[in-house]
Amino acid sequence: MSFFLFPFDSLICILLGISFTVWFTLLLVFIIVPAIFGVSLGIRKLYMKTLLKIFKWATLRIERGAKEKNHLLYKPYTNGIIAKEPMSLEEEIKEIRGSGSSKDLSSPEFEMSDIFYFCRKGVESIMDDEVTKRFSPEELESWNLLTRSNYNFQHISLRLTVLWGLGLLIRYCFLLPLRVTLAFTGVGLLVVGTTMVGILPNGRFKNFLSEKVHLMCYRICVRALTAIITYHDSENKPKNGGICVANHTSPIDVIILASDGCYAMVGQVHGGLMGIIQRSMVKACPHIWFERSEVKDRNLVAKRLSDHVEDKTKLPILIFPEGTCINNTSVMMFKKGSFEIGTTMYPVAIKYDPRFGDAFWNSSKFGMVSYLLRMMSSWAIVCSVWYLPPVTREEGEDAVQFANRVKSAIARQGGLVDLLWDGGLKREKVKGTFKEEQQKLYSKMLVGNPEDRSRS
Amino acid sequence: MGSRASTLLRDEEIEEIKKETGFSHSQITRLYSRFTSLDKGENGTLCREDFQRIPELAINPLGDRIINTFFPEGEDQVNFRGFMRTLAHFRPIDDHEKNKDPNVSEPLNSRNNKLLFAFRLYDLDKDDKISRDELLQVLRMMVGVNISDDQLGSIADRTIQEADQDGDSSISFTEFIKVLEKVDVEQKMSIRFLH
Repeated sequence: MSFFLFPFDSLICILLGISFTVWFTLLLVFIIVPAIFGVSLGIRKLYMKTLLKIFKWATLRIERGAKEKNHLLYKPYTNGIIAKEPMSLEEEIKEIRGSGSSKDLSSPEFEMSDIFYFCRKGVESIMDDEVTKRFSPEELESWNLLTRSNYNFQHISLRLTVLWGLGLLIRYCFLLPLRVTLAFTGVGLLVVGTTMVGILPNGRFKNFLSEKVHLMCYRICVRALTAIITYHDSENKPKNGGICVANHTSPIDVIILASDGCYAMVGQVHGGLMGIIQRSMVKACPHIWFERSEVKDRNLVAKRLSDHVEDKTKLPILIFPEGTCINNTSVMMFKKGSFEIGTTMYPVAIKYDPRFGDAFWNSSKFGMVSYLLRMMSSWAIVCSVWYLPPVTREEGEDAVQFANRVKSAIARQGGLVDLLWDGGLKREKVKGTFKEEQQKLYSKMLVGNPEDRSRS
Repeated sequence: MGSRASTLLRDEEIEEIKKETGFSHSQITRLYSRFTSLDKGENGTLCREDFQRIPELAINPLGDRIINTFFPEGEDQVNFRGFMRTLAHFRPIDDHEKNKDPNVSEPLNSRNNKLLFAFRLYDLDKDDKISRDELLQVLRMMVGVNISDDQLGSIADRTIQEADQDGDSSISFTEFIKVLEKVDVEQKMSIRFLH
């Protein structure tokens, strides 16, 4: 047996050796070197255009298949599935009463029909509510040849299955190993590079080198995800002494922003690989890492952030005020902590194109590693970044109003829905104060305002 | 999740639900997608916690009562059929259904059944009468702590006085219907689909 394998053995070794060398040379020339110099060869844009053509074809085939079988296709609707009246509690209840009661509408009292309002609102929210759908990936209108985003399995023809199989092969056997190699290269270079820069004495040269090392490694990571990013309005890029706030969809947001500019990161100290990366990064330039116990102390957090911000030689801080990952169809409540510090805020809107790969990290469903594997086995991550003009807190505006103003600006620019709900509702229950507000509003309708009564 | 939507619901099931509730094919698949996204335990049924996870329902003063209407007597789980049966009460009334043959059984979304749904929100012990206590309970849920017991009591008394016709100090279903005869129940207790 071994007699037969012997000549093949050495042949296989030679072939493997050659293919590895070719592989790495191609990698180096086409990906890593351009990343180091911040140059783009346009390969990714071409890739994107080709993919779009294929997706359009795939969707047409599915529609045709469905029509032949006389079935109805499942089509997702982004504007909700039911018609909701945008009227206030008072207006609605008056309308309900008005149709049945012959009494004077303005006098406060109770009608048995009032219950219809709460009843219908309740069932409307069971059919379709604004919050729970923000914590699962956005549904696509056309199919992008990924099993994870297909809702019409039974309509796939043979040709489409072949195409899907081909896509699977390309993604898992070619793209995934390529990306994993790049990711390791990028992270490895980051750790080594920042440690080496850390040896130098503090000064302008160190900052310069640290900037270059950070940018280079983030650019390699961007290519590791095949992220195709379009930056808009770069003249508004955050400057030293400011705080950059952006909407949060996934941990990739950090890589996307940091490959175009240098930021001081804020986060909790982790163990393991993340911890190693954090410790080496902080050697090259000051980032703000908190111990787990310190995170709860809001004053401590605020003090460290304002100290950093006052030192104009330090980089702008990058913060995600939503506090958790949202699925990129909306912007949820911004926590007011970072808006109380009183410095210039640089809002940034990030909008992903979900057709090439959904970047949303559903942390209750996937861990970090399986999430990254999913990212690296999608087609690409395509997104747009808008740098909005810097804002400061105005006279008479408190931190919450300021936060809401910035949030609306980001939502408007990114084409996202502006919600007042807290992203923390992903895991926690809603606060009882909201129910009390509703009850208070309704009570006014029963007994009138205390001021009104004293007048009459 | 949406990816399981059309595959797990068989055509025969969709037809049965269509006959029972009157929803269209696409409305049923859409609501099935909603059902599966609420079903965090992924066991094909919803429990009360699944409903309470909806923030807009949790802040509704009558949220718990509404949730209870989905669960049949003594049970803690509701399957998709039961879910659709309850939601069917809120389907808008089609014009051609208004003049139906009285021998055919009443559709779930008739004016009568809509009123019965609302009546059951008040009538907790299901004795087909809304007593003063039951009315007070619902009033208390809707106003929270903002109105005193006395004031609420007088509101309840006044309401029963106006509605009660047979003098038993409680509101029966017939009296309930009479009080609401001018209210546009068809519109106010209906939820319109956009597609």
